[in-house]
Amino acid sequence: MGKKVALTGNEAAAHAIRQINPDVIAAFPITPSTPIPQAVAQFIADGEMDTELVTVESEHSAMSACIGAAAAGGRVMTATSANGYALMWEMLYIASGMRLPIVMAVVARALSAPLNIHGDHSDIMGGRDTGWIQIISENSQEAYDNLIQAVKIAENKDVMTPALVAQDGFNTSHTIEIWELEDDNKVKEFIGEYTPLFPLLNTDDPVTHGAWAPPNWYFEHKINQLKGLLDSKEVVEKVGKEFGDTFGRYYGLYEDYKLDDAEYVIVAAGSVCGTTKDVVDNLRENGIKAGLLKIRLFRPFPYRELAEALQSAKAIAVLDRVSPAGAQGGPLFTEIRSALYDTQTRAPVINYTYGLGGRDTQPRHINSVFETLKKIVETGKVEKQFDCLNLRGEWR
Amino acid sequence: MALLNELAKKKEGLVSGHRLCPGCTHSVIMRQVFAVAETDKYDIVVAAATGCFEVSTGLYPYTSWNVPWIHTAFENAASTISGVEAMYRALKKKGKLNKEIRFIAVASDGGTYDIGLQALSGAIERGHQFLYICNDNNAYQNTGNQRSSATPFAGSTTTSPNGKVKFGKEQPRKDIVSIIEGHHLPYTAQASPSNWRDLMNKIKKALDINGPTYINVLEPCTTGWGFPPHMAIEIAQLAVDTCVWPLYEVIKGKVVINYKPKKKLPVTEYLKPQKRFAHLFKKGNEHLIEEFQKQVDAHWEWLLKREECGIEYGV
Repeated sequence: MGKKVALTGNEAAAHAIRQINPDVIAAFPITPSTPIPQAVAQFIADGEMDTELVTVESEHSAMSACIGAAAAGGRVMTATSANGYALMWEMLYIASGMRLPIVMAVVARALSAPLNIHGDHSDIMGGRDTGWIQIISENSQEAYDNLIQAVKIAENKDVMTPALVAQDGFNTSHTIEIWELEDDNKVKEFIGEYTPLFPLLNTDDPVTHGAWAPPNWYFEHKINQLKGLLDSKEVVEKVGKEFGDTFGRYYGLYEDYKLDDAEYVIVAAGSVCGTTKDVVDNLRENGIKAGLLKIRLFRPFPYRELAEALQSAKAIAVLDRVSPAGAQGGPLFTEIRSALYDTQTRAPVINYTYGLGGRDTQPRHINSVFETLKKIVETGKVEKQFDCLNLRGEWR
Repeated sequence: MALLNELAKKKEGLVSGHRLCPGCTHSVIMRQVFAVAETDKYDIVVAAATGCFEVSTGLYPYTSWNVPWIHTAFENAASTISGVEAMYRALKKKGKLNKEIRFIAVASDGGTYDIGLQALSGAIERGHQFLYICNDNNAYQNTGNQRSSATPFAGSTTTSPNGKVKFGKEQPRKDIVSIIEGHHLPYTAQASPSNWRDLMNKIKKALDINGPTYINVLEPCTTGWGFPPHMAIEIAQLAVDTCVWPLYEVIKGKVVINYKPKKKLPVTEYLKPQKRFAHLFKKGNEHLIEEFQKQVDAHWEWLLKREECGIEYGV
C-alpha cells in the first residue's frame, strides 16, 4: 500500500516522473501540463532526481531532443498538451518509426481555433495514428499508475514503441484528489534498468539511426513497426497484472463497470467515466441495467476484447470528447461500431460529442444519454445517431 | 597541423560509395572535418538534417558513416544533437559512459538559415557542446534548387527564376553569421573548402571548445549553380577571392579576417562560370551586376572595419 496523498493529476504525473528518474527530459511548457515540467525542474533543483532537463525552445524541439536522447541510449520522458502536441506531430511519427521507447505525459486539451486551454481529446485523438501507444487515464491515480507502467510497456523488447499516457486537462490535471503514492524504491524496482538495443553513443560499434528508406524498404519498416505496436497489447495486460501484484491496483486493456449484464451501455474515456460511474450506480439502485465500458488502451485498439465486452448491451452510446470532423462519428464511435460488426450483436450504437473546450459534463447529461438509450430499446428507433451533450441549442 | 600525407592516412569517418553528385563538395568538406578531428582524443557523433548530404549517405540498408550518425528531420539537427548531447552528459554523470565525445550537427542553408533557425538558436542558447556546420549551397538543393534566404541577390532558382519581367531573387542573402554571433557563443567562423587549411584550423578550434560553435561553409553545388563538376573548388576559390565569401572568425565578438585577397577580383569572375547568374550578363542587366558588387563591397568593408576596431566581449 502506498501513502495516501491529496494532490493534482499534474502532481501525480510529476511524482511518477520523479520516481522513474529518466536520464533525459526535454520539455516545453504549455497549459495545462506546465506544472509537470515545473515540478520536475524543482525536484531536480532540490536534488530529488538527477535527470538532465533540456528546456527546449519549442515542442518540436522537445520531441526532437527526446528522439536524439533516446537514440543516444537511455530513458527519456516529456510532457505536453494540445498545440504543443500538435507542434510535435512530425516528430511523433519519427519517434515511433525509429522505435524509441519515449514516454510522454499528455494533459489532453482542446486545439485552437478558437484558442481554448481547457480539457478535451482533440490533441490525442488527432494523434491516434502516429504509431504511439495511447493509454487514457480517468483520474490522478491512473495518471500516476499508467505512467509507471508505460515505461515498462514501451521498453519491452517486443514493443520498442513510444507511449503516451493521457489525463484530462483541468478535470484531472488541476483537481486535487486523494490517491496512493508508492514507495520510490518500489517503483524503481518495478520499472527496472533499461538497456538500449543500439545506443548511438556506443562509438565502438557505430550505428546509423534514421536512414531513409526508398519504396523497396519503407513498407517493411512500417509493417514491422506495426507489429511492435500490436504486440504491446499483450504487454499492457502483463504489466497491468504485474503492477496489481506489486501495488494492489490491477489494470487490463479496459475497465468494465457493472457491464456483465448491462443493457444500456456508455463507452467513454477519461475523467467523464467518474461521473458516468456515479450515474450507473444510481440507475442500478433503481433497477435499471446500466453499465460503463471505460477505454484504457486506445492504441493499439483492443477491438476484439471491447466488442466482446459489449455483447450484453441492447443499446450503446459512445462518448467522444472531440468533434467528428466530418467522419460518421467521433473516432471512438467509428472504431467501436466497426469492432461490433464482426460480432453477433446488432445493438444500436449512437454517438455523442461532449465536453469540447472544457464544457462541463454533469450527471444530468449522462442521465439523458441513458434515457435516450432506454427510449431506443423501448421504441426500436434511433432518432439521432449523432448528438451533442450540453450544447447551446440543437446541434443541427 | 599534421602533414598532408599523414592526414590522408587517417581513418575516414565518411567513406566512399555514397550517392552525392560528382563534383559535390559536401563530402570534400566532411573529409576535411575528419582529417583534422583529433580522433585519438575523442570520438565523433554526427546528427544530420534532411538534405542532399543526408539522403546521399544514409540510404537503408546502406550507410556511408563510420561514426555514429543520426537523422530525424529537416529543421531539427540542432535539437536532435541537443538530446544526444544531453544523454551523453546524463550517462557520464551516472558513470555509465566514460568516453570523450564531440558532437557535430550538419545541415545546409535550408535547414539552418530557414526552417532550422529556431532549433539552432535554442540549442546554442542552451550551451550544448556541439559544432554546427552549415554547408551553405545557397538554395534548397535536395528538392531541386528552390530559393532560400541564403540564395544570393539575383540568383536564379526554381522558385525565384529569371524570366521576362523578373531577374531572379530580389533580396540579398541573410547574414547568418551575424545572427549566430548574436548568441555570444564562444566561436563562429566562415570557411570554404577551397581554403582547406583554413577550414581545418577552424574545425579543430571549434572541436576543442566545450560549448556551442558554428561554422558556415560554402558548399558549391554543381547542379543547382550550374557549373561543370570539376570546377567546384575553383568556384569556391573565386567566391573567396571576390570577397563574396569572406573567410573570417568571430571570437568573443571580435572579428578576425583570415584571408584578404591581394587583388580583390570583381564579382563577375565568380558570377560568370555559373548558369544561375547567366542572365546577369545579358544586355540591360548591367545594373544587377553593379548591385551585386555593391552588396559584396558593403559587407566586406563592414567586416574590415569591424576587424580594425577590434572590439571584444568581456575584455
